Amino acid sequence: MFSQCTKMKYYSCLSVFKHQWDQVTSAVWQKYPNPYSKHVVSEDVIHRSLLPDGKRLYSQRLLTKTNRMPRWGNVVFGANAHLVSVIEESVVDPIKKTLTTYTRNLGYTTFMVVEEKCVYKQSSENSSWTELQRHVWVDSSLLGFARAIQKFGVERYKSNSVKSSKGIQYVINKMFVPEQVSNDIPQKVEQLTKKAKAAQDLARQGKRDHAVQ
Amino acid sequence: MNSLSEECTPLKQEYDACFNSWFSDKYLKGVTTDHCGPLFQKYQECVKKAIKDKAIDLEQLEKRILGTANEKQIPES
Repeated sequence: MFSQCTKMKYYSCLSVFKHQWDQVTSAVWQKYPNPYSKHVVSEDVIHRSLLPDGKRLYSQRLLTKTNRMPRWGNVVFGANAHLVSVIEESVVDPIKKTLTTYTRNLGYTTFMVVEEKCVYKQSSENSSWTELQRHVWVDSSLLGFARAIQKFGVERYKSNSVKSSKGIQYVINKMFVPEQVSNDIPQKVEQLTKKAKAAQDLARQGKRDHAVQ
Repeated sequence: MNSLSEECTPLKQEYDACFNSWFSDKYLKGVTTDHCGPLFQKYQECVKKAIKDKAIDLEQLEKRILGTANEKQIPES
């Protein structure tokens, strides 16, 4: 097998199998499992029928794959985001000798959509060989996503830094401007202080009773 | 290869065996009728239930893109 590929958001790649189209097509149906497919966890045909022309075969195949992401992906999607569903549609044309597949992911589409079209056909150079032309489109609002993460990070930082400054101010006041403190204490802190005092009193009460016994 | 749900795996394997032999020996040679229907039906009942149980969106799943205007277009070189 040999390949020639381009780069970019649209990516295409031509490979040649030195085997007949019939054999390659049969192999595609029996592709899983294989040593290179450890990340494929399940495979199911969920639809299969002849097209209205009575000749071409249309199928849908559902695959679940492990979702290998960089660690920050787990931070966003949660540690259990480890499986993704992928759906493959296909049409076999036994007369023209073409197999076309169209594969896309079902989950995580807000994060990234990968669509791949594969066309397997008899090689124009050698009729006992099979050409596979792959076309891949990677659509990612990754840029927008990075911006969203950035925005979230900045907003959270701003909120935390306000709290941080208020905290310092409070302590400064407590240390150097005691008359200022009562104006600055938020209600919650006052309640907590009251609760703490009540608990202290109760504890003292308990000790006294115990001593009496 | 496993099916989505363990209990469907034997049904899947039976159907796959029937399909693979029909595909290579009959379909590619022009015979479009097959005898895998009953096996397929049993297998499908099991798988469709598993899809529901796993809360996979069946509508999204069954949507047809290939051969429609929703397919991504190959840019002109």
